[in-house]
Amino acid sequence: MALRKKELQFWPEMTKGLWKENPVFIAVLGLCPAMAVTNSLINGLVMGAATTFVLMGSSLLVSALRKVIPKAVRISIFIIIIATFVTTVDFALAALMPIAHKQLGAFIALIVVNCIILGRAEAFASRNPVGVSIADALGMSVGFTIALAMIGGVREILGSGSLLGVDLLGEHFEPWAIMILPPGGFLTLGALLMTFAWVQSKAERRRAQAAAAANVAEGRPEKRAA
Amino acid sequence: MGELVFIFASACLINNFTLAYFLGLCPFFGVTGRLDTAFRLGLANIFVLLITSFAAWVLNTWVLPHAPYLRLICFIVVIASTVQFVEMAIKKLSPTLFRALGIFLPLITTNCAILGLALFQTSRGYGLLEGLIYALGAGVGLTLALVIMAGIREENDLAPIPRIVRGTAMSFFVAGILSMAFMGFAGLFSQTG
Repeated sequence: MALRKKELQFWPEMTKGLWKENPVFIAVLGLCPAMAVTNSLINGLVMGAATTFVLMGSSLLVSALRKVIPKAVRISIFIIIIATFVTTVDFALAALMPIAHKQLGAFIALIVVNCIILGRAEAFASRNPVGVSIADALGMSVGFTIALAMIGGVREILGSGSLLGVDLLGEHFEPWAIMILPPGGFLTLGALLMTFAWVQSKAERRRAQAAAAANVAEGRPEKRAA
Repeated sequence: MGELVFIFASACLINNFTLAYFLGLCPFFGVTGRLDTAFRLGLANIFVLLITSFAAWVLNTWVLPHAPYLRLICFIVVIASTVQFVEMAIKKLSPTLFRALGIFLPLITTNCAILGLALFQTSRGYGLLEGLIYALGAGVGLTLALVIMAGIREENDLAPIPRIVRGTAMSFFVAGILSMAFMGFAGLFSQTG
């Protein structure tokens, strides 16, 4: 990933989190919030926004302090920094959006132990300058929000027949109650992962055929196995 | 007494931390490749959950009434240092157990089930005994989920599964079906809650 010490560009560092290294779909991290709060699209978006704030703030601070923090106690310091930002978000949401805060409940506080945030602090922000760290954090959190919105959207459409509270499927649609209950979270994410694997394997097959047709000797450009 | 049994069964089966609250999913998908490691991880979790429950009770009773805005930071620092302390203690007292638990012990710090337990215990206002029973139930529930999942995944390795569902996607489907099965336990205590 970012191990090459050469100059890291702002833009690629940002866009990689959107899809190529998407924290939920590719790295399979941060699953607790990805499924616990995504029974509707709006909950997913609020959670995504809260996580974005925490991830950006903690990446900024960790990256700015990276030369001061002693190596031996770095994890504890990262966690305290993260917990400070999460407390801020928790109180801000309670004041600004009491209803959403109540629905998300303890899961706002649980952002502290979201592996994505500590993972980015340890793997990226603590080793890179402030600019690219913020780009990385922004990309990762937007990718996370996209993932939450997709899961939340699918679950809300199938589970309540609406999207953002607007009735979509008409009165003859019988809502799949299971989709807004816990099993729906697992099943939706499983189905999404399966779809991506299917699309990818199709694309790979097409690329392989094209390569064979053109008789290119080098074969497939990507070697990632499904 | 009936109250305590209800708390235990609720945390263990009906509101299983992993399958109903989505807590502790990282080890649930990460280390359930083999049955015996999953079981040991479950035991380590029970241990840390019990200690955390006690520590959270101490904090809630004596420290946090003076500074409620420090709750999250206090909990996480206490959990991290408890795990570190437990690790050192086990290393000193029983090297065999230490080697059996291995890397899983330090990883428990970032397991959301631990912080989740402390937060839920606070929001439900449990006392010392109730909290400990709740922690025990949650730990047993976690172990149960881990062991069942590991057992199914060991079998899955030998099954002819289509290529696109192999790996993570299959684990999610299995977890979804398990979660549905655990929802059935909700009928167990319908008159109480």
